[in-house]
Amino acid sequence: MKRKDFLKKALPAAAVPFLINGISIKSMASTPMLEAIKRASLKNGRVFVLIQLSGGNDGLNTIIPVDQYSNLSAARSNILIQQSKVLALNGNSATGMHPSMTGLRGMYDSGKVSIIQSVGYPNPNFSHFRATDIWHSASDSNQYVGSGWGGRYLEDLYIGFPTGYPNTNDPDPLAISIGYSVSTALMGPSTSTGIAISNPTSFYQLVTGTVDPAPNTPAGHELTYVRLVLQQTQSYNDTVKAAALAATNKATYPTRNSLGDQLKIVANLIAGGLQTPIYTVNIGGFDTHSSQVSSAGSTETGNHADLWKKVSDAIAAFQSDCEQLGIADRVAGMTYSEFGRRIKSNASLGTDHGAAAPVIVFGKNVNPGIIGANPTIPSSVTVNDNVPMQYDFRQVYAAVLEDWFQASVSKTDSDLLFKHFDTLAIFKSTLAVKKAQNSSSIILMQNYPNPFKDYTNIEFVSPGGHVELRLFDNQGRMLKTLIDGNVSKGSYTEVLDGTNLPAGNYYYQLITATGQVGRHLVKL
Amino acid sequence: MQRREFLTKTLADKIPVKDPVLGLQNQKLPDHLDLGVASIAPFTGSWGRAEVIHLLRRTLFGFNKADVDFFAAMNMNDAVDYIMNTPVNPPLPPLNGYNTIQLSDPNINAGTTWVNGPDDNQFTSQRRNSLYSWWMQQILNPDRNIREKMNMFWHNHFSTEVENVGSPIIAYNHHKLLRDNCLGNFRSFIKSITTDPAMLVYLNGNVNTKTAPDENYARELMELFTLGKGADSQYTEDDVKNAAKVLTGWRINNSTYTSFFNATNHETSNKTFSSFFNSTIITGQSGANGALETDDLLDMIFSKSDVVARFIVRKLYRYFVYYVVDSNIETNIIIPLADDFKTNWDIKPVVTALLKSQHFFDANNMGCNIKNPIEVISTCSKAFNIQYPNSPVEDQYQAWYAMFTLGAYAGMTIGNPPNVSGWPAYYQTPQFTETWLNSDTLPKRIFITVALMAVGYEYKTGKKLQADVIAFAQQFTNPEDPTKLIQDTIDLLLPIDLSATSKTTLKQSTLLFGQTSDYYWTTAWNDYIAAPTDATKKGTVTTGLQLMLKYLLDLAENQLS
Repeated sequence: MKRKDFLKKALPAAAVPFLINGISIKSMASTPMLEAIKRASLKNGRVFVLIQLSGGNDGLNTIIPVDQYSNLSAARSNILIQQSKVLALNGNSATGMHPSMTGLRGMYDSGKVSIIQSVGYPNPNFSHFRATDIWHSASDSNQYVGSGWGGRYLEDLYIGFPTGYPNTNDPDPLAISIGYSVSTALMGPSTSTGIAISNPTSFYQLVTGTVDPAPNTPAGHELTYVRLVLQQTQSYNDTVKAAALAATNKATYPTRNSLGDQLKIVANLIAGGLQTPIYTVNIGGFDTHSSQVSSAGSTETGNHADLWKKVSDAIAAFQSDCEQLGIADRVAGMTYSEFGRRIKSNASLGTDHGAAAPVIVFGKNVNPGIIGANPTIPSSVTVNDNVPMQYDFRQVYAAVLEDWFQASVSKTDSDLLFKHFDTLAIFKSTLAVKKAQNSSSIILMQNYPNPFKDYTNIEFVSPGGHVELRLFDNQGRMLKTLIDGNVSKGSYTEVLDGTNLPAGNYYYQLITATGQVGRHLVKL
Repeated sequence: MQRREFLTKTLADKIPVKDPVLGLQNQKLPDHLDLGVASIAPFTGSWGRAEVIHLLRRTLFGFNKADVDFFAAMNMNDAVDYIMNTPVNPPLPPLNGYNTIQLSDPNINAGTTWVNGPDDNQFTSQRRNSLYSWWMQQILNPDRNIREKMNMFWHNHFSTEVENVGSPIIAYNHHKLLRDNCLGNFRSFIKSITTDPAMLVYLNGNVNTKTAPDENYARELMELFTLGKGADSQYTEDDVKNAAKVLTGWRINNSTYTSFFNATNHETSNKTFSSFFNSTIITGQSGANGALETDDLLDMIFSKSDVVARFIVRKLYRYFVYYVVDSNIETNIIIPLADDFKTNWDIKPVVTALLKSQHFFDANNMGCNIKNPIEVISTCSKAFNIQYPNSPVEDQYQAWYAMFTLGAYAGMTIGNPPNVSGWPAYYQTPQFTETWLNSDTLPKRIFITVALMAVGYEYKTGKKLQADVIAFAQQFTNPEDPTKLIQDTIDLLLPIDLSATSKTTLKQSTLLFGQTSDYYWTTAWNDYIAAPTDATKKGTVTTGLQLMLKYLLDLAENQLS
């Protein structure tokens, strides 16, 4: 969307009553200034940290479905963590953590972690690069969107960016990527909202030259881009440096831990007073096709174990730092990866590209616990089988946008995520704009017969309202929508005609206004 | 006014915002740009210095005035042929330049090569560093041919990471393979890559086995190396799995550092591919014949010749010309070149035709690439004629290694791209080469060049890599004329000329030391020439030149190529 169109589209929203310190500003004319005032009150000081695990994390060896052990060991005996070594979670015997994740387990047990099971999207893509684009742009699998979800949120919040920024009201960067590059999640509709920083106290001072007009050629186009980066760099240098010098980290971070180094800078800058709402950090190496574990006899060590030790230790130190620095109330973060990995391991002590995987959200203000059921592992797993999605990754984003950042639902639906996604109850309901939801009011029965040959029955109880029943194949491709419409409260049975389905494992999912739930079925 | 406010105001006011959405950064590929005449016909326009410099910017890792003079004396056709004529013999292999007083390699003498083996775990990191140093040596040498630029293209295309490959010998052999084939035959290149030990390690081909195939290489072979992921490339997930089965059985001999086919690990069943591949069945073969299935697979992939040829040509185009490919460029540049390419898969004629084309030399295609970090360093090194030690070998390797680390500092660690798809600059739509720049890397890039130019980079206690700015000025005729000196410098360094006003400001604030008359520089220069050993006089001209060059290196224009 062009910015001009966007402004036009956004203007009617300003006519909706909006209170600042109890004073309605409804009667004031809609002006960009008014919009800016309204947005300023939305800048609530909350910070969200995106931790990207590049390469595709093996979710099944991270948040371990302990109740699936016999089927898991049939599918991945050479890499499966010994059940006795899995870290138990307080109050949840069915699910555990990788033995390296002592830091995150401690946070979980003290109520600072929300785990969302089997996060993905319909028709998953197995290319690293395309899948990363999908996660960052928050698009459908077959949609190509050039901007990122964080960038869209920030450009909406900071009217007119980048023209006129920084300014007295908004002196700080909109978003910061720690490292050498800016995350594509921060690409806004008109420009990137993020700046990259690897050392917040060291900047190079340019001499000021006169600036000639850029020629109207491709070279002029690129020249203009270079100048924008230069201008932003120079503009934000002093505020970032001042923030870095204004506070000192209080926790001890793990050494030789690149993620810890990055999160240390984030805590420092937040505590130093930067009003930047989004930070991105990154750790790579999760593409564990081989040597994910050191040996079949020692599956709790190896590359994946080392990676999760780093991630877990770094987050635990960061959380401790935020608490000691007095900023923990307004800081939360999440880990995500472009995809999970295949259920069945390969012979090289690794796993190939997969589909859904858990997302971990942390902070003092998360609803502690696990959202969603453990993935069910079929008894007979082929190389084609994937963990099906239980939740769309954009439901996580919707919770971050609407409940954490308090963006309006209509804005999120129309411009930030392009359609409606029900939020998940990730954040404490005292924070949330909307009531926390759970899936307890919807019931989806196991289909019968199961396994089945031609036809099977799927029974569910609807709380009333819109329901959608979808069928996925074992690779996460959505095959068909069995039901999509409004129903009254009550019990329903849908007959699935499987005569044209090839034999194998499938997954069906029920989505209602109050939540969603899914189950496996097996076609003979 | 505070200095920062001033900076912000000046720059912000001056930035021309043509289109508030697309003018600053690409949210989608820019579609309002004149991309020049889309003709692959040979360039017939005038062969001036602008055309020579454009060719050198895109095909060499830097140049100085002598290089420009050399090619300006030829015609366009001969100049491109000269550049395409890479040395018959590969460069001599990397040497032991890593001995220290504390630790010497007991088996490989200083100044001799370690690539003939065997590996020695105690020296793994030293030898990797030796490889990086040696690579920078190739990049920084004064050769006038395209080999290193082509090598970098293929390094990005067939991305592997030296640090992940394990054996430095296997890593070196891989990079020798890239150089040996960089202008050779793409079809045979792919075969060599498929069974190359480094690639087998990097994408797990060496552990791909029939009991549970590892799909890593099979996927990237199609997605990244041959077919791409465009709309015309409709292979399926099952095709990836079946290709992985075809490729089961390749292993590495760790004493010879070569690959071999182990039939016992090979999946011998028939492999059936999707309708995209015309439902091809690759017949499973047992014993040593199992290896022949790899050729069947590559033949099948190359049967989609339009898809493969256009994918590779498009990538070459983006590397050498500009990342925007519109339908006009696709129809009139990419497709004709791809049609030639697919007849025999020879790389050299395709690159040659592109570089000789009207389109390549169109003024609209000049200066629109953002330099990669290695180009930032190497163009600086060559333009300022930075001298590297001739001996001892330890100093040489340390000096080249220092340049390698500067590239890494600015975001490009040669030998170790971020992942298997190479650097985002060459695939991340819509930004492509713009991804090199952000508020972290851009100041570092500028800092590096200014440091090399003005204060030098100390690669070893008491030993520096540093420009000789006086020699830089002396390569031009009449360096005592400040107006001409500035114009000659701009022509050599920047792809976009500055306005007359800017040049006057630049001249007065640097070479004229704040005065307005050319006399101040002319006198200073002539005084120095008359007494070149006089430290004060030398200091005066050095300061003036460094101020001028810092001004130019700080400009956004210097980031372009």
